[in-house]
Amino acid sequence: MNLAVLRLVLVRIATAILTLAFVSAAVFAGTEILPGDVAEAVLGQNATPEAIEGLRQALHLDAPAYVRYFLWLGALLSGDPGRSLVNNLPVAGLIASRLPNSLMLAGVTAVVSVPIALTLGILSAIWRGSLFDRVASFLTMSVVAVPEFLIATLCVIIFAVHLHWFPALSYADGIVSLHQFFRVFALPVFTLSCMLIAQMMRMTRAAVIDTLRSSYIEMAVLKGAQPMRVALIHALPNAIGPIANAVALSLSFLLGGVVIVEIIFNYPGLARVLVDAVSVRDMPLVQACVMIFCATYLFLVMLADIAGVLSNPRLRH
Amino acid sequence: MSVDQTITAVEAQAPPRHRVRLPLAGMIGAAIVAFWVVVAIIGPYIAPHDVGALVDDGFGPLRWGQPLGSDYLGRDVLSRILVGARYSIGVAAAATFLAILMGGTLGMLAAVSRGLVDMMLSRFFDGLISIPSKMSALIVVAALGSSIPVLIVTIAVIFTPGAFRIWRALAVNVNALDFVEVARARGEGTGYLIREEILPNIAGPVLTDFGLRFVFAVLLLSSLSFLGLGVQPPNADWGSLVRENMNGLAEAAAAVIVPALAIAILTIGVNLLIDNLPGRGSSAGEH
Repeated sequence: MNLAVLRLVLVRIATAILTLAFVSAAVFAGTEILPGDVAEAVLGQNATPEAIEGLRQALHLDAPAYVRYFLWLGALLSGDPGRSLVNNLPVAGLIASRLPNSLMLAGVTAVVSVPIALTLGILSAIWRGSLFDRVASFLTMSVVAVPEFLIATLCVIIFAVHLHWFPALSYADGIVSLHQFFRVFALPVFTLSCMLIAQMMRMTRAAVIDTLRSSYIEMAVLKGAQPMRVALIHALPNAIGPIANAVALSLSFLLGGVVIVEIIFNYPGLARVLVDAVSVRDMPLVQACVMIFCATYLFLVMLADIAGVLSNPRLRH
Repeated sequence: MSVDQTITAVEAQAPPRHRVRLPLAGMIGAAIVAFWVVVAIIGPYIAPHDVGALVDDGFGPLRWGQPLGSDYLGRDVLSRILVGARYSIGVAAAATFLAILMGGTLGMLAAVSRGLVDMMLSRFFDGLISIPSKMSALIVVAALGSSIPVLIVTIAVIFTPGAFRIWRALAVNVNALDFVEVARARGEGTGYLIREEILPNIAGPVLTDFGLRFVFAVLLLSSLSFLGLGVQPPNADWGSLVRENMNGLAEAAAAVIVPALAIAILTIGVNLLIDNLPGRGSSAGEH
């Protein structure tokens, strides 16, 4: 890796950080449009004026919005995003107890899906127009076009209700044996994998087909190389960048799926904390959870960008 | 560019009376979309029962009076789906329309104005687009609570950056063509350029974009409702219907399967239609 590439990568990282700053401002502004006073909302109608005034002081509600933004951002960056408005527990602790569960779910899903999606995507690009490709395209389009909870619901009906392979609910606490671990994770992971594989396969197929259209591939075909050889030896190395890009982008779609899957399977992860916090309007918790999700998303998009830069040898000279 | 080519191709090949025909898949898509639009409009009038009326026990069986059985409280599922179409399709369509109105107008404005306006608008929307749509929706619902107007405006704002990008990109292409330069040299204003020169020339891809964004809006709305954060009881869209009846999942009750199926049929129908529109743009999975 030389200086030019290093600079390109650094620019990508800097862009991501700037975007994250913008996103944090947008998230803060979004939670600030709440009409009325947070202190009154928290303490209820019967609170004494002194109590409300005290909470206003504690939350810096009298300060202008930009001051509160920087106070909030500083607290967030130092790892202490305040206390929950509902049960007064520290937000950091709530998140720390749930985040590993979500990461585990997402990690296992990624490990399962990426190889399958890449294989299927490359194969359907090589055999494009064949029966295999058309069936795969129709199936992936159907999965991408329907809501995530429909896929999850179908999986529960088929695998838990009809086939009795897995339990319909999952609890990550108190897992003792490997067998139990498998049974609890299987259905959520399977559901998420269906969505992820469909997404990733479509993008991989598009990336490889794009490469197969270049003129040097036509040259290889014209000089009589075997189709499989053309695809794997000639096209694939040049498609690695776009494919890596597709993988990272698809993984970012995982975030939306995680929300639904954690709710359906009653999985104690971060997304469920977020949805519960939204329904009781626990703003500090909502802000912190949303920032974690947005930061993860931006990180994956940045990885996708960097993969694109690194895999392009023309940028190294 | 592609619009010009399509027009020439149509003129050259097709006899005058013979209109451009949709492929079979496109026809099926169009039929599905038309069917649901009609249901959304007349749904409440053809519903056999009142949506709130208890007509049977919880998760009652399918029978003549209730072709799709009853839900967890014993309300008629068919009636609830017919009425729910109005929420699922109406809210999503209104939000999409609003998003296209805002994003499209600003996109064309950016393309025509160029320079500083273009750069600032583009950077701003680039920033907004990097918040996942579910996250933005959750923030607003947390802050304002959930009601139909809030949902429409929220979903519209969420899809505005995407609409802005597509419209700007399309308009930039047309804006570089000679006839726009001529109009500009003639001294026409920005409003005239957008209305008379740009808009007619990007109508095709823009229609596809409307369909795609409508699908995303339907999916986002039903996901929110499914999480209990979208359309609130006593009203119910299809996502809420699935949520209400999740307890019937173990018996594979029609009350939970049919609303989910309705969403799937609608979104796949729109996809089939826009994928087969003549002179379509790209429909890659982007939000």
